[in-house]
Amino acid sequence: MASAAITLAAEAPKLSSANTGFMLIASALVLIMTPGLAFFYGGMVRVKSTLNMLMMSFISIGIVTILWVLYGFSLAFGTHNGLIGWDSDWFGLSKVGLTDLWPGYTIPIFVFMVFQMMFAVITPALISGALADRVKFSAWSLFVALWLTVVYVPVAHWVWGADGWAYKLGVIDFAGGTAVHINAGAGALGVILVIGKRVGFKKDPMRPHSLPLVMLGAGLLWFGWFGFNAGSWLGNDDGVGALMFVNTQVATAAAMLAWLAYEKIRHGAFTTLGAASGAVAGLVAITPSGGAVSPMGAIAVGVIAGVACAAAVGLKYKFGFDDSLDVVGVHMVGGIAGSLLIGLFASGKGQSAVKGLFYGGGMHQFWIQCAGVFAVLFYSLIVSAILAFLLDKTIGMRVTEDEEISGIDQAEHAETAYDFSGAGGGLGSSPSVAATETKKVDA
Amino acid sequence: MKLITAVVKPHRLDEIKEALQAFGVHGLTVTEASGYGRQRGHTEVYRGAEYTVDLVPKIRIEVLAEDDDADQLIDVIVKAARTGKIGDGKVWSLPVETAVRVRTGERGPDAL
Repeated sequence: MASAAITLAAEAPKLSSANTGFMLIASALVLIMTPGLAFFYGGMVRVKSTLNMLMMSFISIGIVTILWVLYGFSLAFGTHNGLIGWDSDWFGLSKVGLTDLWPGYTIPIFVFMVFQMMFAVITPALISGALADRVKFSAWSLFVALWLTVVYVPVAHWVWGADGWAYKLGVIDFAGGTAVHINAGAGALGVILVIGKRVGFKKDPMRPHSLPLVMLGAGLLWFGWFGFNAGSWLGNDDGVGALMFVNTQVATAAAMLAWLAYEKIRHGAFTTLGAASGAVAGLVAITPSGGAVSPMGAIAVGVIAGVACAAAVGLKYKFGFDDSLDVVGVHMVGGIAGSLLIGLFASGKGQSAVKGLFYGGGMHQFWIQCAGVFAVLFYSLIVSAILAFLLDKTIGMRVTEDEEISGIDQAEHAETAYDFSGAGGGLGSSPSVAATETKKVDA
Repeated sequence: MKLITAVVKPHRLDEIKEALQAFGVHGLTVTEASGYGRQRGHTEVYRGAEYTVDLVPKIRIEVLAEDDDADQLIDVIVKAARTGKIGDGKVWSLPVETAVRVRTGERGPDAL
């Protein structure tokens, strides 16, 4: 009797302080990715829409956090059916106990909830890069709320929910190649097909206004991504989280080098934007695959993703769709590459015994990966396009052409990103002027 | 009086300043400018998209001079600005009606 009781107690997971502490830090690391993304995108637009680009990411932190606590977490991770979840105890987190553990793991539900919240925050923000310079802030805010509810939440349930259909089918997505990156990339494509191009696309020069900001953003993304990826194992009792950490670094380095080499050969220069973009492409591709491949496999994943994305970003000019900051070219293409490469490079020694083609497992896993990839791709593409269409027909998605040309920052936010003139902005606004009075600024 | 304006390559600024000081010019105004002449622009690459940037960075130097000094001053600037390569810039002069030193109210050549 006594020994049986002890065995039972050992089988049920207990709260682990180490894992809980690690996961809280990982959650904060994933949060920093969204401001990082804001700067990565913000540096790439022209001066006149910098603030709008930053705000499109920041507003997602606000909206998604609240919706996630209210109903998002329950719908995504509750057990209900293969397509959508539900758990009434988690609605508003009203009945979650402080030490209630996430089923099968050693961390509280609260910790798992907040970790997943950060994923839900960054995913809609990823879409914003495709919509630069031209979308009404109110329409974007509403889009974020709707997209979270009808696209992100169900897809996260398919892929990560205990009874999600893709999870049960055996689709491997360690940290969000399908649920985050293909989802956001395909969603971006759906929206831009509806709302159209920026004024002057392909005619006017649209150079990035600050590559140092882009590099800063890429650095923050890279740093935060360790939490995103290694944290997705929800603990580190068997070393898989550490493998993921290592592979994240290895694939990212390989992809950055691959993008730079591709660019040097094709265009004659090692560009800063290429280094930043290559790093992000590698991070995207290793996200689904890093738990399944070896470090050598991670090099292959990084190189393939770096070259594939570098080649893909030019396609928008060929096809004439204005994916302004290459969300499709980097996140969708990188996510597809990483997800499908699991079918070739899974070593059988990581998160599961599943082996890919090059490790003697045949094409079986590859076809399973295809099912996950294309289901998410088409669902997100179609539903996102419908959402954008409905918003465009009701409140309108785009600012007026005048506002777009003179700058969305002033039209939508009543601010200017930079004031470099010694006299310019400061005139007429002494501290004694009441905040409610209109101040005259020559800008 | 004459207003001499020179639009030249940015890296020649120090030589021009030194030459003007040696000539006895006490003040000048420098502005960062951009433009193109026969030199035209250059090409930049962003994620594989090539941008032709027409405008080249230049500096614009403005100096006020007395009529008698103007021609010689132009020569001083041209000599100091010249590299012999395409894109060295232009120097020109215009007549000036009057000039006032703000601090003292002096007018005309006294204000220089």
